[in-house]
Amino acid sequence: MTKKYNQGLTTQTPWQSKDHQVTPEAIFNQRRTLIKALGFGALSAGFGSSAQAGVFDLFSDKKELKTFVTTPLSFSTNSSYPLTDAATPLKKVISHNNFYEFGTAKNDPAANAQGFIVDPWQLVIDGEVERPITLDYDDLTQLFALEERTYRLRCVEAWSMVVPWTGFSLASLLKKAGVKSSATHVAFETLYDPQQMPGQKSRRVGGGIHYPYVEGLTIDEAMNELSFMAVGLYGKTLPPQNGAPIRLVVPWKYGFKSIKSITRITLTRSQPKTSWNQLAPGEYGFYANVNPAVDHPRWSQASERRIGEGGLFSAKRIATQPFNGYGEQVASLYKDLDLTRHF
Amino acid sequence: MRLMTKHLVWLKLLFHTLALSPIIILIMLVLSEQAGGDPVEYIIHYTGMGALNSLAAVLLISPIAKYFKQGLLMQTRRLIGLYVFAYATLHLMAFISLDLLFEWGLFIEEVIKRPYIIVGAVSFIILGLLAITSLSAIRRKMARRWQQLHNLIYLVALLVPIHFYWSVKSEIIEPAIYIALMIGLLALRKSSLTKIINGLSLAIKPSSARQPCVKKT
Repeated sequence: MTKKYNQGLTTQTPWQSKDHQVTPEAIFNQRRTLIKALGFGALSAGFGSSAQAGVFDLFSDKKELKTFVTTPLSFSTNSSYPLTDAATPLKKVISHNNFYEFGTAKNDPAANAQGFIVDPWQLVIDGEVERPITLDYDDLTQLFALEERTYRLRCVEAWSMVVPWTGFSLASLLKKAGVKSSATHVAFETLYDPQQMPGQKSRRVGGGIHYPYVEGLTIDEAMNELSFMAVGLYGKTLPPQNGAPIRLVVPWKYGFKSIKSITRITLTRSQPKTSWNQLAPGEYGFYANVNPAVDHPRWSQASERRIGEGGLFSAKRIATQPFNGYGEQVASLYKDLDLTRHF
Repeated sequence: MRLMTKHLVWLKLLFHTLALSPIIILIMLVLSEQAGGDPVEYIIHYTGMGALNSLAAVLLISPIAKYFKQGLLMQTRRLIGLYVFAYATLHLMAFISLDLLFEWGLFIEEVIKRPYIIVGAVSFIILGLLAITSLSAIRRKMARRWQQLHNLIYLVALLVPIHFYWSVKSEIIEPAIYIALMIGLLALRKSSLTKIINGLSLAIKPSSARQPCVKKT
């Protein structure tokens, strides 16, 4: 029972950490508390309007009092990604989430993440790059021209959605930092902040994952035109439950690869140790390409429940496509790989 | 205070209320969208937990009745036991109708291929048999066989939390607690369980005695 897990990215050796660069935790927390206080003040001004008393108020306690505020983004629409599939309504996209940092039930993130602080934010790109860079909150939406792409999202749990994301290609971000030829993989890490993320504070709430959450791609996967950094959905900035302020979207892989609320992207010389893969290597491979031919050991991956418009019984079970229907763009990446073994 | 027959109706009313209120709460949660935008997993989990909790409750009755000398409580076991089956039925129906969307081919494939679903299916079949044979007329007809059949509830007590443990992705703390709880509830019946197991091995022995098997060590 003493399996050792890598928690987060362990690329820094002790002599590399420069104490003077680190903001003392107390000051950092003070700043957060202050921002939080300001945020709540502004929100509480709007309480007067939410006076619709109903039968169900019994259950709605504090949740409706503070909803994270998203802001409209300006973007162009990338017509290279036309999708005949009907988009999943926003309401469902933002209330059915796997984000174990905020709890393991699908409705937990929407309930527990509304006070999440995304500004200030820092996204560090380092490792095997020519110029390590750090993006702050405003950079995320201003450094690159934003575009909208509608992608299919296939969860490893055999449900799927169709989501219009706003953002920029991962390749454009990596090119800005300059990828060294020594880089073979790209590792991503989610924010580690147990004060804000109850799942990181308690093993029970967080479902036993060893935080911070880490995901990874090969360099070729990362540079593929489909790999996308999303800062918004449905034309507005991301809500916290969907990975605010910035997340990865790799539409031909199972959803858990599309890591949320990223603070660090490190280019590496070897395959990074990723969270789900370490926890259950027999169930969640590093590649995790959507593949109807390879079942999860405990359920079939041949079909999926598409979450669309309408009520409980209106969902449809559809056949799952290899690479989630993106084979044309990505199948060539795996021509020398046995995808049954490297699932 | 010793519970008397005149209290039974109130006791049953209380248990009906306790068992039915979670269903009303679930309906309200789903209708008010408090169960998330796509409450399928929520409903499946919720009804499964209803079955598991009522199973724990029915196994708690006889230890409590013994300890507090409240024999009348024993008469509520059928009621609670039927709720275990009712919740298990809702759980299965939710899986078939909401998750699989009535794809029967997929349902059969999943039951055969997935061990955690087999464990759940076996439990469900046993619970169904226990529910049918809970009718007084059938019980009388079955005589001694009835108790033998209904001893299978102890097997269900182990299978159901294993099904839960096996079904989760990584959040194993809660199912592990339920496994421990069920083992605890079975431990309270150590002597009667030992008798059942001895009875089973006696039933097997005569046949094995006819075919002695010598093992080299």
